[in-house]
Amino acid sequence: MRDMLTKIAAFGYAGLIYGFIFLPVAVLVLFSFQDGRLPVPPFNGFSLQWYEAVFADRKLMAALANSFLVAIVSSVIACLLGFLAAYALARYKLPGSALQRGLLIAPMTVSYLIIALGLLTVLNTFGISLSLWTVGIGHVVINLPLCFAIIYSSMGDHHINIERAARDLGANDFKVMALVTAPMLMPSILAAFFLSVTFSWDEFIIAFLLSRFDVTLPVEIWSLLRSGLNPKTNAIGSLVFLVSVALLAVLELTLFGKTKKS
Amino acid sequence: MSTITLEDAERRKAWGFVAPALLWTIAFFVVPFLFMAAMSLWSRQSGQIVRAWNLDNYIAFFAKDSLFKGLMNSLEITLIVTVLSVLLAYPLAWIIAERVPKRFQRLALIMAVLPFWTSYVVRSYSWLLVLSKNGVINQTLMTLGVVAEPLEIASNRTATVIGFVHFFVMLLTLTIYANLIQLSPNYRRAAADLGANALQTFWHVILPLTLPGIMTGAFLTFVLCIGDYVTPQILGGNNELVLPQIIMLQLGRRADFPMAAALSIILMLAVTLAYVLCARWLKIERA
Repeated sequence: MRDMLTKIAAFGYAGLIYGFIFLPVAVLVLFSFQDGRLPVPPFNGFSLQWYEAVFADRKLMAALANSFLVAIVSSVIACLLGFLAAYALARYKLPGSALQRGLLIAPMTVSYLIIALGLLTVLNTFGISLSLWTVGIGHVVINLPLCFAIIYSSMGDHHINIERAARDLGANDFKVMALVTAPMLMPSILAAFFLSVTFSWDEFIIAFLLSRFDVTLPVEIWSLLRSGLNPKTNAIGSLVFLVSVALLAVLELTLFGKTKKS
Repeated sequence: MSTITLEDAERRKAWGFVAPALLWTIAFFVVPFLFMAAMSLWSRQSGQIVRAWNLDNYIAFFAKDSLFKGLMNSLEITLIVTVLSVLLAYPLAWIIAERVPKRFQRLALIMAVLPFWTSYVVRSYSWLLVLSKNGVINQTLMTLGVVAEPLEIASNRTATVIGFVHFFVMLLTLTIYANLIQLSPNYRRAAADLGANALQTFWHVILPLTLPGIMTGAFLTFVLCIGDYVTPQILGGNNELVLPQIIMLQLGRRADFPMAAALSIILMLAVTLAYVLCARWLKIERA
């Protein structure tokens, strides 16, 4: 009887929290189909007009492409630099390696707003104009610590002998890295890459402060918000959500599902 | 002799690998940060930035109520959010770890963090749909006849807190779950053998052992919450500005970069203080 009660209490609580977590998203998606000008109750009926409006919006579509570009390029750079640094610090004895690790991780503990503001003051002073490149530079700054930490923490010592074997067989460092180390660490490299893609894709404040004419999607959505409650915002929000969830499902079923079994 | 040159060559190569990441971090993080710190000691007079070294911006921060109140608002909101999020997330993490069958746990976790994947800006906006005057909650309550007039739950501190807690409950559920699942069942058995009841076991054994997970999550919550501009700007209304909003105001309307820089340094000191307080529980290790 008491077990029964705690069970009911536990699942009741979980249900409430799940309800809290899902409420805004459910409302967002539901009213993206609103047949009317306001994305609030009453629900007037099902319509795809706001999705049509999203796809017809040139600025939104350009921002979508920009976001994609910035996310991919900055994540590739962050992963590459993070991997090289992790390899050097895990496999060689370098003076001040603890300090170097600390320096590489440091941006993680600083608010994005401060990172953006620092870059902005420097760019302003040197008269460098803002563009997608400056946004990308900022995104590498925030993603490099993440990529470094993930890859570094997966570089276990048990891989060293395999790398030594490759070196004894005449492979140079780059060959060892590209043909031995990287394939062995592929799950964590991919995890780092996809995490940093999502972070960059979703990042607002750096993209807002460091861009001018070409903007990324979150910045374009931000300017949509000025028009108040608008089903078009619901539609683009729902689209981003569905794409992310689809991506997540694919990753879960292929990449992470596999690594779990092995 | 030859072994030394070999070591030197090895070391030079290692420096070559680590250099790009270090240089990037120094050029685009450390230097800008120092530059900003220097700028916080300058001032802006009649539209021009004057390189006169003084503490005027910091003095103004403590002297002007409108600025100082921003830090207080930030700290209050961040503390409320952190505590509420931990209190709400811990039971959920515990239920998922202890009461949900093993093979459904991963699914339960994925479901708990699914709304995490909506766009960050859109997530705050979607709370506006729920909380605003003609939003879901007010319309439901009025239809049911619970209230006659719509409640004022958007555009104030409550809305900001709700928006934040929503985000951080997901984050904390993950960190606390990760900690709970690592605990060996032997701890509980030992406690039971020694005569502890369920509550005692939790209070004296489980809770202390999950402190690292709680503190990691709480620290992340603190850092992300106190530095966030989007959520309070969308949900908080204009009556109670937090520090990041005040920083953005300096940038936008007044183009007062030195003042914005000084406020950022103050924001950073608050985060550093939080780090010092939590440091003993936080660590990044190599497996």
